Amino acid sequence: MSFGTVMKKNDIKSKNSGKISPAKTASATERASAVMIPGAELLLKVLEAEGVDVIFGYPGGAVLPIYDEIFKSNAIRHILVRHEQAAVHAAEGYARSTGKVGVVLVTSGPGATNAVTGLTDALMDSVPIVCLTGQVPSHLIGTDAFQEADTSGITRPCTKHNYLVKNSADLQRNIEEAFHVARSGRPGPVVIDLPKDVQMLDAPYVEGGVWTDRPHRYQPRTVPDRAAIKQAVKMMKAAKRPVIYGGGGLINSGPEASALLNQLVKETGWPVTLTLMGLGSVPADDPHFLGMLGMHGTYEANLTMHGCDFMLNLGARFDDRVTGRLNAFSPNSVKVHADIDPASINKVVKVNLGIVGDAVEVIRALLAEMRAQNFAANEKALAGWWQQINKWREKKCLAYQQKGQIIKPQYAVERLYQLSRGRDLFITTEVGQHQMWAAQYFGFDRPNRWMTSGGLGTMGYGLPAAVGTQIANPKATVIDISGEASFLMNMQELSTIAQYSLPVKIFILNNEWMGMVRQWQELNHGSRYSESYSASLPDFIKLADTFGMTGLRAETANDIDDVIIQMLETDGPVIADICIEKEENCFPMIPSGSAHNEMLLSAAEESTATVSEEGKILV
Amino acid sequence: MLDTTQTERHTLSVLVDNEPGVLARVIGLFSGRGYNIESLTVSEVDEQRHTSRISLVTSGTPMVIEQIKQLLARLVPVHVVEDLTIGPAHVERELALVKIVNSGSERVEALRVADSFRARTLDSTLNSFIFEVTGNSSKVSAFIRLMQSLGSVEIARTGVCGMTRGNTIDLADKDEATG
Repeated sequence: MSFGTVMKKNDIKSKNSGKISPAKTASATERASAVMIPGAELLLKVLEAEGVDVIFGYPGGAVLPIYDEIFKSNAIRHILVRHEQAAVHAAEGYARSTGKVGVVLVTSGPGATNAVTGLTDALMDSVPIVCLTGQVPSHLIGTDAFQEADTSGITRPCTKHNYLVKNSADLQRNIEEAFHVARSGRPGPVVIDLPKDVQMLDAPYVEGGVWTDRPHRYQPRTVPDRAAIKQAVKMMKAAKRPVIYGGGGLINSGPEASALLNQLVKETGWPVTLTLMGLGSVPADDPHFLGMLGMHGTYEANLTMHGCDFMLNLGARFDDRVTGRLNAFSPNSVKVHADIDPASINKVVKVNLGIVGDAVEVIRALLAEMRAQNFAANEKALAGWWQQINKWREKKCLAYQQKGQIIKPQYAVERLYQLSRGRDLFITTEVGQHQMWAAQYFGFDRPNRWMTSGGLGTMGYGLPAAVGTQIANPKATVIDISGEASFLMNMQELSTIAQYSLPVKIFILNNEWMGMVRQWQELNHGSRYSESYSASLPDFIKLADTFGMTGLRAETANDIDDVIIQMLETDGPVIADICIEKEENCFPMIPSGSAHNEMLLSAAEESTATVSEEGKILV
Repeated sequence: MLDTTQTERHTLSVLVDNEPGVLARVIGLFSGRGYNIESLTVSEVDEQRHTSRISLVTSGTPMVIEQIKQLLARLVPVHVVEDLTIGPAHVERELALVKIVNSGSERVEALRVADSFRARTLDSTLNSFIFEVTGNSSKVSAFIRLMQSLGSVEIARTGVCGMTRGNTIDLADKDEATG
């Protein structure tokens, strides 16, 4: 039952249970059927074969041969962004909303370094991205040539894998493998650095691919160990106060994982909570759903995690925003952790049982094994547990009062949710208070509808992500719930939105503060609001006007419904400036360095709370 | 449950594709996450398959050691990660070159100590020797300590390389056999 018996050394060895030796040179059969074509042309052919229909990019000297091929291609559409960071976020929005690999194309040097934030964001949130970067010609590498950067060196720690293609003979294999690596196992970003000579010189191209018929050298485990599943169900049968804690792995595994999770919830009758990245896996109105957990999660979700005697973690990674103070995290529970990434198991929280596998495979195996073992939830204990949970629910931790005409941000998000129901809807967010209010007050009933920067917390994510989401879903309503400070970080993408007439709706919760920074300064730094005020903001209506968009503003609570309806009914892009209560804080909140059962529910509690010195050093 | 308090020293044997950047990937993993590398050796071991073996010695709590192994295993060019310390019995060896500059009775004693450690003399002048000593790390360290007390020394050590005892001949073959 210890971790050691289940995740044995064999698991490491079996990672590449296929034959070794990816040949470095083309085999005889490959050479026989290979035709020689320029590298850039080869690239486009392979992208097409991988099912790529859109590239998000920005041209430059080192990628001109590829842009020349794009000019000739009818199969692949290029979306010109206004900054390379935005290209990656747009590809992330595309990938998260479709489940496909997002593709980025940027030039060498500054093009590549600008993409680094996006790549790191994709790595932290496990988003499948292939990023093609131009590079100076091979013979100039290492000479500090114009627009040269050590892209493979710079991106090594912020990608799942990267390639510097120095030999044309490797080109097709490297690109094909890049797509496999990006989408398999725990997805992530992969960079292919392409020197300009490799793009121009002829390279061997084999129709149908050179890589797919070979044993793959990267073969992460997807099907869980049977003994581990048996053990897990045994533990489930003993559970009296259970909880299911689901994360982004459920989304990455595809919509079937969410369907199976809902079946699991139905069959067990157990409470379920989701991380920020997992929202949508369980419909928000399911009575078993406790809401999001963690620092700004619900009281009932966090207290359930704290008080449970059995925790089933499906595709979540015990992030510090979720666990709070580790030595007080769910102290009395047996923990089972299923994750596709073996390195995520026992990384920060020691679990009783680790299961390596894809969420779909794991939940399906659990359901089958539950039948085999005649699983029945412990009804009496469960009823008592729900009684307790319902008492926590009665605290109504998300309650707020919309009094007077100053718009409460919670009210704005809740009205947006109510008035947009029934639409084919996708929500992106930036990072900060508005993001947490969106997570708390917007309900999702399906996966892949919620695009937010969780792990890296990248301000400026939401607008470009909305671009990518809208490109992938042209008929849908895509709303970027934003804050005025985050919006300014990538607002150059308004130009992209205008160029492609994307009907993106930008819903800015404008409190004229970097709200989350201000909140932490209030809590931890004696209300000394150092540099957190949003000065010199543009007039958002005039800003919309300069890009030919519709600009709207809500200044009073009476305006809000009209503005939202007008925004939703406008065909083109809209910037809605929602002037909200300036000093509203995000509650409930687990102060840093505190445990789940030490939540602050309101501003009144905040004034009496003290954050420990240990807590203050945490971010 | 794993114990998180005790630090252990583990020797890992990692079979990787010999491709550009693979060593940087392994080292970056350690430096980026704040793990220790006590020693690391790498060389190509199979010219046809283009595979290299990295032998590395690291220390950490059992939880950290387990993390390191899983993080290494998920790197794309890594084929096999074997923990020699928890596996079946293994041998590990290290080679050191020790130059000692001294004279008189200390010079005689140095030669005598070298003999008892079965060190070979690779170079000699009237007031210096270069000795080559092989053995496990503690033997090599003991030899170096003795030399340091007998004169001025300069040292080059290879770091540990190791493999499991018994009749299985290569991690690669084991890997294929289980596949």
